[in-house]
Amino acid sequence: MSADDESVVRIEALHHRYDATVALDGVSLLIRPGSTVGLIGPDSVGKSTLLGLIAGVKRIQSGAVLVLGGDMASRLHRDAVAPRIAYMPQGLGRNLYPMLSIVENIDFFGRLYGQPESERRRRIARLLTATGLDPFPDRPAGKLSGGMKQKLGLCCALVHDPDLLILDEPTTGVDPLSRRQFWELIARIRTERSGMTLLVATAYMEEAERFEHIVAIDEGRIIADDETAAILARTNANTLEEAYIALQRPERRGDQTALVIPHLTHSDAPAAIVADNLTMRFGDFTAVDHVSFRIQRGEIFGFLGSNGCGKTTTMKMLTGLLPASEGRGELLGKPVDARDIATRMRVGYMSQSFSLYDEISVRANLKLHGQLFRIPAEELDARVKAALARFELTSVADALPPTLPLGMRQRLQLAAACLHRPEVLILDEPTSGVDPAARDRFWRLLVEMSRRDGVTIFISTHFMNEAERCDRLSLMHAGRVLAIGAPDELRLSRGGRSLEDAFISYLEEAAAPPAAHTTSAASASTDEAARRTSGVPKSEPSPERPRQHRPLTASLQRIWAFARREAVELSRDRIRLAFALLGPLLLLVAFGYGISFDIEGLRYAVIDRDQSLESRLFLEQFSDSRYFAQRSPLANEFDIDGRLRSGELRFAIDIPPGFGRDLLQGRQPQISFWLDGGNTFPAETARAYIQGAVLTYAADRHRRLFGRDSRLLPINVEPRFRYNQDFRSVFAITPGTIMLLLVLFPAMLTALGVVREKEMGSITNVYASPATVGEYLIGKQLPYIVIGFVSFISLVVLAATLLGVVPKGSMLALSIAALIYVFAATAFGLLVSAFVSTQVAAIFGTAILTAMTAAHYSGFLFPASTLEGPGRVMGLSFPALWFQTVSLGVFAKGLEASALIREIAVLLGFGILFLLLARLSVRKQGV
Amino acid sequence: MWRWFENVFHLGLKEIASLSRDKVMVVLIIYVFTVAVYSEATAMRTDVRNAGVAIVDADHSTLSSRIKDALQPPYFRTPREIDRSEVDQLLDKGQYTFILEIPPRLEADLLANRGPSIQINVDATAVTHAAVGTAYIQEIIMRETASFSKQRGANPAVPIDPVIRALFNQNLEAIRFSASMGVINNVTILAIILVGAAVMRERERGTIEHLLVMPVRPGEILAAKIWANSLIILLAAGFSLHVVVHVALQVPIVGSVEFFLAGTAVYLFAVTSLGILLATIANSMPQFALLSIPVFVVMFLLSGSFTPFESMPTFLQDIMYVSPSTHFVRFAQSVLYRGAGVDVVWPDLAIMTALGGVFLTAALLRFRAMLLSQN
Repeated sequence: MSADDESVVRIEALHHRYDATVALDGVSLLIRPGSTVGLIGPDSVGKSTLLGLIAGVKRIQSGAVLVLGGDMASRLHRDAVAPRIAYMPQGLGRNLYPMLSIVENIDFFGRLYGQPESERRRRIARLLTATGLDPFPDRPAGKLSGGMKQKLGLCCALVHDPDLLILDEPTTGVDPLSRRQFWELIARIRTERSGMTLLVATAYMEEAERFEHIVAIDEGRIIADDETAAILARTNANTLEEAYIALQRPERRGDQTALVIPHLTHSDAPAAIVADNLTMRFGDFTAVDHVSFRIQRGEIFGFLGSNGCGKTTTMKMLTGLLPASEGRGELLGKPVDARDIATRMRVGYMSQSFSLYDEISVRANLKLHGQLFRIPAEELDARVKAALARFELTSVADALPPTLPLGMRQRLQLAAACLHRPEVLILDEPTSGVDPAARDRFWRLLVEMSRRDGVTIFISTHFMNEAERCDRLSLMHAGRVLAIGAPDELRLSRGGRSLEDAFISYLEEAAAPPAAHTTSAASASTDEAARRTSGVPKSEPSPERPRQHRPLTASLQRIWAFARREAVELSRDRIRLAFALLGPLLLLVAFGYGISFDIEGLRYAVIDRDQSLESRLFLEQFSDSRYFAQRSPLANEFDIDGRLRSGELRFAIDIPPGFGRDLLQGRQPQISFWLDGGNTFPAETARAYIQGAVLTYAADRHRRLFGRDSRLLPINVEPRFRYNQDFRSVFAITPGTIMLLLVLFPAMLTALGVVREKEMGSITNVYASPATVGEYLIGKQLPYIVIGFVSFISLVVLAATLLGVVPKGSMLALSIAALIYVFAATAFGLLVSAFVSTQVAAIFGTAILTAMTAAHYSGFLFPASTLEGPGRVMGLSFPALWFQTVSLGVFAKGLEASALIREIAVLLGFGILFLLLARLSVRKQGV
Repeated sequence: MWRWFENVFHLGLKEIASLSRDKVMVVLIIYVFTVAVYSEATAMRTDVRNAGVAIVDADHSTLSSRIKDALQPPYFRTPREIDRSEVDQLLDKGQYTFILEIPPRLEADLLANRGPSIQINVDATAVTHAAVGTAYIQEIIMRETASFSKQRGANPAVPIDPVIRALFNQNLEAIRFSASMGVINNVTILAIILVGAAVMRERERGTIEHLLVMPVRPGEILAAKIWANSLIILLAAGFSLHVVVHVALQVPIVGSVEFFLAGTAVYLFAVTSLGILLATIANSMPQFALLSIPVFVVMFLLSGSFTPFESMPTFLQDIMYVSPSTHFVRFAQSVLYRGAGVDVVWPDLAIMTALGGVFLTAALLRFRAMLLSQN
């Protein structure tokens, strides 16, 4: 296969399956350079899979995919062509970083592709002007409307001048105006960069008509692959939609009869939904501004408007999810009240994003809904079964929702919302991402429910053909209602060409200068478009292409791009940053004072059955010592057990009758001491203290009797307590606390890194970019190493100033060891993150593994030299133990750097090992 | 009311189903209640076990070798004889906690009644072992000297004979303490993270919002999370106590395990409520992760399961009384080690219940505010 094979993409006998589900069933395809190809077909026929495989973000299972002259199964080739491919996955803003601003998002992608600063700035400026995003370069991506997100996604894809642009349903969930602007933008880019090949999957058939070439897919196979005109001619169809249906196997075709909506009979019943000057403010931003309307029972009321104009917020206020800042809402004749359970039983709601449970099956989700809506148990199975059939989910009843394509998930949500036969349905963009045939079936259901069962339907949509089916429509923009009326009325009021034109005309009028609000950046006017054309990024025969950096420089640049992005995200999340830096200090103080083995005031009580002078003299040894604290005397010997059992006493002293007499006669009388053996450390300590007290008593007595010091003991035992003469816990605990905190916090900071990106979807950027997993991991790690080291310095300063624990040995050795230790800890967090599949498991795993190992097996509370069994192995195979030797050595023992070289080397080894293992657990492709 | 139970029951079943899907999580839970408890109990010794000891013997007499032979497992590792010059280095690296220095002519000086001295170098940074171990060594030296001297006809004079016995745990075996405390600490960490993160995840996915449009009250959602996760933890803890602690580690349990588990259920109510409260305070999963660290670390290190509670400064003790773990540890020690009954531990049970109630109420109050901030 040479590069000049007249094909950009060449696919042969491609098969792909997810467990038992076949996604692609023998696909062969050839795409010529510079062509524009539209990939059409309903949901779950393999469109996304095919695009993912071409982009190299999915692993090829069987068959051949050759892209830009090489085999995509080869990692070398994928890395080589990655800079020439741009891939925008399905879902609004899936590949964006919500915390970063518009400019920062594009800048990040520019850096990934190694563009120098000046070039990036130039390109960003051009792209922003071309897409009309230039008025708000600093707005965070997470706060953009759907249309703007998709434009930004396009900017990010185009920043590196790809030869092959792959867009997976880029306009799904985007309002008509933004959609129109989006395609105009693509068209302009096409004229400027005619060499670029464009591959787009879409569920909007009317959009696909603008592509010169169409590939139609059904059931994992290609059912047509030809010029658009040729397909239309061959099937004798006017529209692609008709053509597609004609191409399908007859049993795959839906109901072909046109949908007729019976006239709504006017009723005098009170309105089902009333909004009366509803207003919602978030801070000083007014999301919904005095919205009023009334919806009749049984009416289908449509809600149209640009993304982010307040439709969702209005719906949430009417369901009671959000309390209105002002105004009033009524549902079924009652004021909206979040606590009104009875009304909720009569309402079905479907939110815009998927909000059912990912971890339980389709069937289980429906069952749970039924149970919560109090469907009688004996009816439940039948109802669930009927719903599965009605919404065509029977074949996937036992699958988990995340394994289903978007359209099917939407159907599942609908099935759930309708399961309890509600009187009112509030549906927030229910058909976003659902293919035309399925939408058609869905509308048949809606009409049936409305007209036959009298269900009131309040629905928001971006599809004009759906809007036309509503009884009445409300046009919304920037929090305000622009117009309400039947579709025909609205159309006629604006000259009557089509509803879409009327809608756009309303929007343009409302968004007229200063055009700085939401999506409608007032760009559809032709003048403006013309002005902007000049700004489209030309496929400048860029002198810097191919950018041949030395590989090392390019690699460092990419690491820096990841590190920078992570750092910016962290700096935006002030709360997290504060926890990361202040948490360790707080704990150091708590442990400095709190963890103490300095035992004083052992509680004891006495039963003195002798009551002699001698016994009282003996007991003074205890009552006069600060190590003991006397409690009220014991009544009898049975009292001993009870008071020890209740935990009131640590030990009891029992002096037998005749003690004084026996003592004087030199008969060595016995005294019984009873310890509470439950908590062993205080018990051991008490034993040692008691023995000491007895010896002191003996020496004192000797002195009293004979007037000279006895040589009571034939040998003097002289303990020399080294390193910690005062024997204070704080000197021993503080170095260990620093050891514990410096592994726990840094590991926890990185532990969510990879798994969170997996859950959010932005990891696809790494798959699609020329960056390696190693670069990605190191880049993600760097900011946290810095945080960890800053934390170390603040801990040392606090220990010295507040607790008076000052390093006696080499500060240099301690710092170097700390830096490497933090490196190892963050690498460990990444390893956990790479290994687990959920964020919950990542947090718990990190907490258990680091906290347990560091606290128990690393010489923190118990000397490492006494460890045995599995604990010893665990201690030795985790960095904490090694750093503890350094920390304790430098703080308490005054060790110099030369004595600690081995420990530092071992720490470094751990860091590298963890990073390597993490690298091996993250594969640079999805399935 | 019946509806309440039904909703809570169904939502709880969902909770269990979704947890069992997360394989890594299941493995981790099994790990902490089996392997982790086992290795913790065998590795962590508050009693002197396996203490590293070395001897510099400059006498090489009968007495010095008798002392050396008396330092034996299980309390001490078999002592190694080292050279004087190695003492500092070995202590520096923490390889030995105790190093005895026996002077030349020890035996001769003893027999001549010149009162010779043996020096013990103790690494005092090993705070848990230094004092107790020193006392052991002193005792051993005394005993050996006494029996040695007796053979030669001398007699030391301590006028009384103290008999020290321990109740509930005759041999003061630390494993009894650390094994069940290990179970308790795992319960704490797991309860906070499992439930807190489950709430956080539902917030981030928008599923909680969805539930609130259905005829479900916030209280039901939280109650479901509490019972389902608590049940799993309770079963795991019960298994751990019966099988790992009792059978595998052969630790006799003085009190009633069933009564202990009943108390654990009360404790779980309090800690899971705390976990939920944390989840309503944090704004995202990473924030929750960081917020939970100080909470569970303080709860498990300062509640008396490691260090004696009364060794803490009073102000810290007062603060820790707000932590349910302090009461639970006290409850657990009373029941498991000393066989105490309800009459003794009811105040702790009552306080844990009250604390749980406070946490849960606070969480419910924050619930709506939290949904609002989500938008």
